[in-house]
Amino acid sequence: MDAIFESLPQYWDGFLRTLFLAVVSGVIALAAGTLLAAMRVSPVAALRGFSTFYVEVARNTPLTIIFFFSAIVLPRLGVKFEQFEVAAIIALSSYTAAFVAEAVRSGVNSVPVGQAEAARSIGMTFTQVLGLVVLPQAVRTVVPPLINIMIALVKNSSVAGAFFVLELFGYGLQLSNSHGDAVMWILIGVAFFYLLITVPLGLLAHFVEKKVAIAR
Amino acid sequence: MTSVLYDVPGPKARRVSLIGSIVGSIIIAGGVVGAIVILSSQGIFNASRWEVFVNESAKDVWTQLGYGVLATLQAAGVAALIAFPLGVALCLLRISLISWIRVPTQVVLEFLRGMPVVLMILFVLLVFATSPFVAVVSGLVLYNAAIFAEILRAGIQSLPRGQREAGLAIGLRSFQSRMSIEFPQAIRRMLPSLVAQLVVLLKDTSLGYIVAYEELLRKVKLISDLEPSLLFSAFFVGAAIYILINLSVSRLAIWIEKRGSKKAAGGMASAIKTVDLEVNVPGPEKK
Repeated sequence: MDAIFESLPQYWDGFLRTLFLAVVSGVIALAAGTLLAAMRVSPVAALRGFSTFYVEVARNTPLTIIFFFSAIVLPRLGVKFEQFEVAAIIALSSYTAAFVAEAVRSGVNSVPVGQAEAARSIGMTFTQVLGLVVLPQAVRTVVPPLINIMIALVKNSSVAGAFFVLELFGYGLQLSNSHGDAVMWILIGVAFFYLLITVPLGLLAHFVEKKVAIAR
Repeated sequence: MTSVLYDVPGPKARRVSLIGSIVGSIIIAGGVVGAIVILSSQGIFNASRWEVFVNESAKDVWTQLGYGVLATLQAAGVAALIAFPLGVALCLLRISLISWIRVPTQVVLEFLRGMPVVLMILFVLLVFATSPFVAVVSGLVLYNAAIFAEILRAGIQSLPRGQREAGLAIGLRSFQSRMSIEFPQAIRRMLPSLVAQLVVLLKDTSLGYIVAYEELLRKVKLISDLEPSLLFSAFFVGAAIYILINLSVSRLAIWIEKRGSKKAAGGMASAIKTVDLEVNVPGPEKK
């Protein structure tokens, strides 16, 4: 138990780094995922094909493989990183973007057909239909799954700890080496800090889901 | 579905979209060519990097990768076989009518779902001093059993209430009604989600790499440790194997979903259609 209190500075540092990884990758993944979803429903065949291919491959690749690529294979190919956080952010955001794209796409599909038809019948173009009518409505259905994707992102960021980034899990590895006699308490401390992020997010998702369910 | 978003393209739109397609393809192709140029400047396409997969030592390389695939499938298979019954049990506890069973189960499930799998694996490995295999399997079991329980609960809650009421009315006990009436239907209904979760489980076996369980990715690492120049080619082959396995299971999930919805459509939609024909009054569109 004492081991937890002794290691509080490390925990705090790791906690902040986990948050940093999750927020930066989350923002990138949201932008890239929305773009991928728009490509997926666009009239241009090449963009559709590319987006479909990317999403299918990224969703079926284990995250560890992507981390292995960005943190071990890329540097060997001459892409050097100042800090391994960059490799972690590349891996996390390229993986999460595929899931965001799928969530946004199913949100677009959940908007009633009549909405898009009405928008088109008053002469709106594809970008206007999507940007002014469909996407704003799709956001409602998309938010709860998106929060779940962000929860998964926070948990997934733990893999970075095994690829040279000192976030919560990375400190967990390090501290359990230095506190060989209190491994259990060290890891329980790490778990506590993860739950500090994931449980409130889960409650938020639940709350939003209930709110939206009444509206539709 | 997507075609609702834009008109059937006329000659002008077709031209624009063709140009867009060409420009898009050029940009994508440019990216691919750029990657290939960078790779080949590192000598990635030299035959020496790849001939290990065909020459006399190929047998050893493939054997190692084969063992890796086996270890991956073994961990995933064992974990799935234990996680599913455990998920059913947890689901039963979660929907129990007795609150001092239901509420603690809910807390445990929230806890398991909120934890990174890799942390649970490490916990089992270090605290219980098990072999990497046991650690990987237990981590996967704990996490996926919680997910299976939640999927099944959603399935049971989606059933019409009459199912359970009818079961109780003919004198079944609550547990009997759950096991012989509700679960079989919930499992069928949720089969696509359950199979999709199998893909997640399969992907998560690669976390074994972190605790030195000798699965596919660890084998790739070992090969490249012996012969550093093989890093890229070994990684490429290993990743391709992983993606192929996962894609085929994903396809299976989609196939099951399509088959299921076709059956449902055969029952429900045809009934609705006949009603429509008889009444033939276009009602207000339901949102």
